[in-house]
Amino acid sequence: MKLYCLSGHPTLPCNVLKFKSTTIMLDCGLDTTSVLNFLPLPLVHSPRLSKLPGWVSKDGTINLEKRELLDLSTIDVILISNYHCMMALPYITEHTGFTGTVYATEPTLQIGRLLMEEVVNFMERVPKAQSATCWKNKEIQRMLPGPLKDAVDVWTWKRCYSMQEVNSALSKVQLVGYSQKVELFGAVQVSPLSSGYSLGSSNWIIQSHHEKVSYVSGSSLLTTHPQPMDQSSLKNSDVLILTGLTQMPTANPDGMLGEFCSNLAMTIRAGGNVLVPCYSSGVIYDLLECLYQFIESASLGTTPFYFISPVANSSLEFSQIFAEWLCHNKQTKVYLPEPPFPHAELIQTNKLKHYPSIHGDFSSEFRQPCVVFTGHPSLRFGDVVHFMELWGKSSLNTIIFTEPDFSYLDALAPYQPLAMKCVYCPIDTRLNFHQVSKLLKEVQPLHVVCPEQYTQPPLTQSHRSDLMLELQPPPMPYRRCSVLNLPFRRRYERVYILPELANSLVPSEIKPGVSVATVSAVVHSKDNKHTLQSVPKPPPVAPSKKRKRVMDEPPVVMTPKPLLSGAVPLEAFLATLQKHGITEVKVEETADGHILHLQAEDTLIQLEEDGTHIVCDNNEPLRTTLRDLVLRFLQKL
Amino acid sequence: MPEINVTPLGAGQDVGRSCILVSIGGKNIMLDCGMHMGYNDDRRFPDFSYITQNGRLTDFLDCVIISHFHLDHCGALPYMSEMVGYDGPIYMTHPTKAICPILLEDFRKITVDKKGETNFFTSQMIKDCMKKVVPLNLHQTVQVDDELEIKAYYAGHVLGAAMVHIKVGSESVVYTGDYNMTPDRHLGAAWIDKCRPDILISESTYATTIRDSKRCRERDFLKKVHESIERGGKVLIPVFALGRAQELCILLETFWERMNLKAPIYFSTGLTEKANHYYKLFITWTNQKIRKTFVQRNMFEFKHIKAFDRSYADNPGPMVVFATPGMLHAGQSLQIFKKWAGNEKNMVIMPGYCVQGTIGHKILNGQRKLEMEGRATLDVKLQVEYMSFSAHADAKGIMQLIRMAEPRNMLLVHGEAVKMEFLKGKIEQEFSIDCYMPANGETATITTNPSVPVDISLSLLKREMALGGSLPDPKKPRTMHGTLIMKENSLKLVSSEQALKELGLNEHQLRFTCRVQLQDPHSDPDTLHRIYTHLKSVLKGYTIQHLPDGTVMVESIVIKVSSSAEDSNAKVLLLSWSYQDEDLGSFLSTLLKKGLPSGLC
Repeated sequence: MKLYCLSGHPTLPCNVLKFKSTTIMLDCGLDTTSVLNFLPLPLVHSPRLSKLPGWVSKDGTINLEKRELLDLSTIDVILISNYHCMMALPYITEHTGFTGTVYATEPTLQIGRLLMEEVVNFMERVPKAQSATCWKNKEIQRMLPGPLKDAVDVWTWKRCYSMQEVNSALSKVQLVGYSQKVELFGAVQVSPLSSGYSLGSSNWIIQSHHEKVSYVSGSSLLTTHPQPMDQSSLKNSDVLILTGLTQMPTANPDGMLGEFCSNLAMTIRAGGNVLVPCYSSGVIYDLLECLYQFIESASLGTTPFYFISPVANSSLEFSQIFAEWLCHNKQTKVYLPEPPFPHAELIQTNKLKHYPSIHGDFSSEFRQPCVVFTGHPSLRFGDVVHFMELWGKSSLNTIIFTEPDFSYLDALAPYQPLAMKCVYCPIDTRLNFHQVSKLLKEVQPLHVVCPEQYTQPPLTQSHRSDLMLELQPPPMPYRRCSVLNLPFRRRYERVYILPELANSLVPSEIKPGVSVATVSAVVHSKDNKHTLQSVPKPPPVAPSKKRKRVMDEPPVVMTPKPLLSGAVPLEAFLATLQKHGITEVKVEETADGHILHLQAEDTLIQLEEDGTHIVCDNNEPLRTTLRDLVLRFLQKL
Repeated sequence: MPEINVTPLGAGQDVGRSCILVSIGGKNIMLDCGMHMGYNDDRRFPDFSYITQNGRLTDFLDCVIISHFHLDHCGALPYMSEMVGYDGPIYMTHPTKAICPILLEDFRKITVDKKGETNFFTSQMIKDCMKKVVPLNLHQTVQVDDELEIKAYYAGHVLGAAMVHIKVGSESVVYTGDYNMTPDRHLGAAWIDKCRPDILISESTYATTIRDSKRCRERDFLKKVHESIERGGKVLIPVFALGRAQELCILLETFWERMNLKAPIYFSTGLTEKANHYYKLFITWTNQKIRKTFVQRNMFEFKHIKAFDRSYADNPGPMVVFATPGMLHAGQSLQIFKKWAGNEKNMVIMPGYCVQGTIGHKILNGQRKLEMEGRATLDVKLQVEYMSFSAHADAKGIMQLIRMAEPRNMLLVHGEAVKMEFLKGKIEQEFSIDCYMPANGETATITTNPSVPVDISLSLLKREMALGGSLPDPKKPRTMHGTLIMKENSLKLVSSEQALKELGLNEHQLRFTCRVQLQDPHSDPDTLHRIYTHLKSVLKGYTIQHLPDGTVMVESIVIKVSSSAEDSNAKVLLLSWSYQDEDLGSFLSTLLKKGLPSGLC
């Protein structure tokens, strides 16, 4: 069993597990931090951006953390744990010869589709007349300025996919529900478990009858909107692959939420605008819920909230229909029936308005001061670029970063100098090191595999030994492009004995509570399932002239006899011989046992502790009789 | 032999009060817990005293599963859990869990408040009962306990309807509840994978019907409504608040839009608004088309359909009214029916099945004079139309489901005996599987023949695989030999050598030696070589070696030659073999006794 690690990014994992005869890809996260190397894509032509020296305004290109470590066309299935970890799907399923199936939950598919659609839309609405690729040449890259010079593997950076590729990739997704058992080729069973991080997010169990691998990715123990994490099903794993821990181990999500609200209120009261660069699904639901409770007490009742994204409406609508995937509190609301998220009420009372983009209705209905939620959090593309240009110059305004994926300083770099206030309250609800060590104590996997980043404290806080995983036995670290041999010894496999054969077995008790039976059977293997059937009887020999020759034919099927165990006790054996009319027996004692001389028959039987030797000439009937008598005292195995 | 017992307490050769007991692998499961619409006495509920005479059912049932929210499938639930007594888990899907208590409360109100019955379950009991409900998701495998697992499949029929697959060890049963094999305007079609259950328990409401295409029925329906409206008549459509109602509303809504009709459409009871809301929130349970477009246009927001008020019934002019309940046995639909029955311009369209004993059933059977409470009679002059819109599988659909699931046995419930009999014949003929149709209180026993799961040591299995080459040859079955160790509850199949080791036993070698006299005028080495050549020609497919130390080995049988001192032509062959080679050894000794053929070099 092997694990191929295709991504070094601990929260955007991409691993391939070879288990029994299957090749399973676990997640395919897309590391988009490389877009920070590019200039923002403005919606309106910006003279400032295009005049910055030494930079080329270019298409948003995305880094794909893939290597030719293995042939992607051999992948049988891809298991997706949450919608953030599937953004590279079109790169893998399209143009690589991939013919397998992708498994994901329904919310993951629907929201994942929205997020991809959004990125594609952001890219396609600002088409570039030209795109440069020559700079990717190593010789030229060497001469480029700044961070671009040091970027690794730029030749793996790819252009953003198209909507057509997204649709084709997503058509390969098969929907699964939590705890659904999915058989892969009869060899392996996979099953998603609730991971508590986002709508439909899951951890995966990959198991056969005797081996169990747990894949934990992006899990949360906080009570937010999704269904709580299923921990108990992770127990008894041989190997637990741990990825997607919090990227902000020192930031408490609740504290950050409080800071978010107070900064927002402060800015609005002072007459400024608030910009929240965020993804269109996920934490935004919690932010809106928090604001719903906060608005009245902070007397923000008249402040407009805008959510601008090509998928804003869909995201808000979809969030309301996944009752099965929500936490208990929200489920109960659906039973009433009421919408599970309070943003429905915010929309109804016109406090929250959503628009597909800044064009159209938004420009006429837009009132300031206001709060705007929009993407993309990297500040490189999407409507957020426009608001940065619009509001950046005034110190009344505030930008509040809530997404932890990008360094906010890097994100802001091209907009400097900036007068607007910047507040960084990253909200990452995924497991922190304290929670994860508690979890591991509980579920007790035999081995833990994790990205190497988790086995040492963060570079900037090297004294914080509490910000790493300390386990006994130590976890097996992986980095990008490593291939791990998982410590597994498969020793047993499941077979099914058909009833007919099962009925014909004759068990004998060897020790109290332990019985054995010898089994001779035909193995049928089909779809990786093995069944044992009775050995078919040889067809009856036709009673013809040939009959005489039967004896001349050697035995066709070699049926080896079972092994024997036990010992032949002398006295009892002699008594048995007597019963069968063999009376003239001369017993001679040897070093290891006895030699019996059957005088009338001129036959020797050598009896020893661990063996019996019958020397008998020219008397087949006698030999077989003696054989059967000896066998009476022995156990067959 | 293990067996599975199925006993219907209700819905055995009958429609109404579905309640089926299944015992499988030592587990007892109750499938549905419904009430009978046709009765107002004890027969209304299933006879739970069948399970136990004294007291609570908790000890006798491992779980209760409710397939969907119709009262003939869940109406007796609070009575069973709170009045008879059951504290174990009750499983149902999320939409069922949401809607079921509302219908139960409605039912309770009609029975207690309107009819004044006492000794009936209370609102609090409904609440307490619902606390015992564990929600089920589609395709989720729920482990009820270590051995019993259940899995829900989409059944169509109504919002949240599910079929359940119940599995204990390698035995399994599928219960369909009510299902629909053709998608309609708001729900998808039932689907199940090839799970090959031991028994498929299927409803058979429309066992003998093969319905024409849905389009024709819809056109018919619209034509009848339209005609009636044109001549100024009033149309009453008795429905249940959830289910068919929504489908027909979508149908009329689009028709009104297209034809630009002005006559009002009303929907009775306060449930409407709420009901449509359930459809909006559980949109993932509707059909693909609605699910795909719901962000742009939610099909459950109706423009033409307004809430009904009791006073509207006397308004002049045409109108269409959807009123509950669907079988005209009580409530608003019955009131409106009484008001409109006298006018032949009016029409009542029954879009679903009506249970025996209800007014719906009576008028459908052509009864024109109805006896009402207080000896009054009611002349029925309005037109009575029946349109089968209720979403049950027809005969074709049932056969289709059998093909999907490939059960080993079939069991029919929720249908009329005569019709069942007909379908039973068809099933047995077409699929050659046994088909059962037990009456209420009657037990169908099906013996199963499960195979025994065993853990085989991988080395033994791999050795076996390697022996036969990569591809199995069906003509030459490979035989595997091993030892099955039965210890406590584990069954392990290992090679005999490993079994000895694992059990800490010593091997006992049993050997045979046999001397064979032979006349052969050659030197000893020549004789040996002649034997080698002879055996080579006789024994095809065996390993035969001529070893330099003066022996011939056939597999592990050793043959040596020596000549007697007196006569150098009289050879003595020494054969030695172990018990494991007994067959071959015995064969060789007999063969060599016959001497060597002369033609050997």
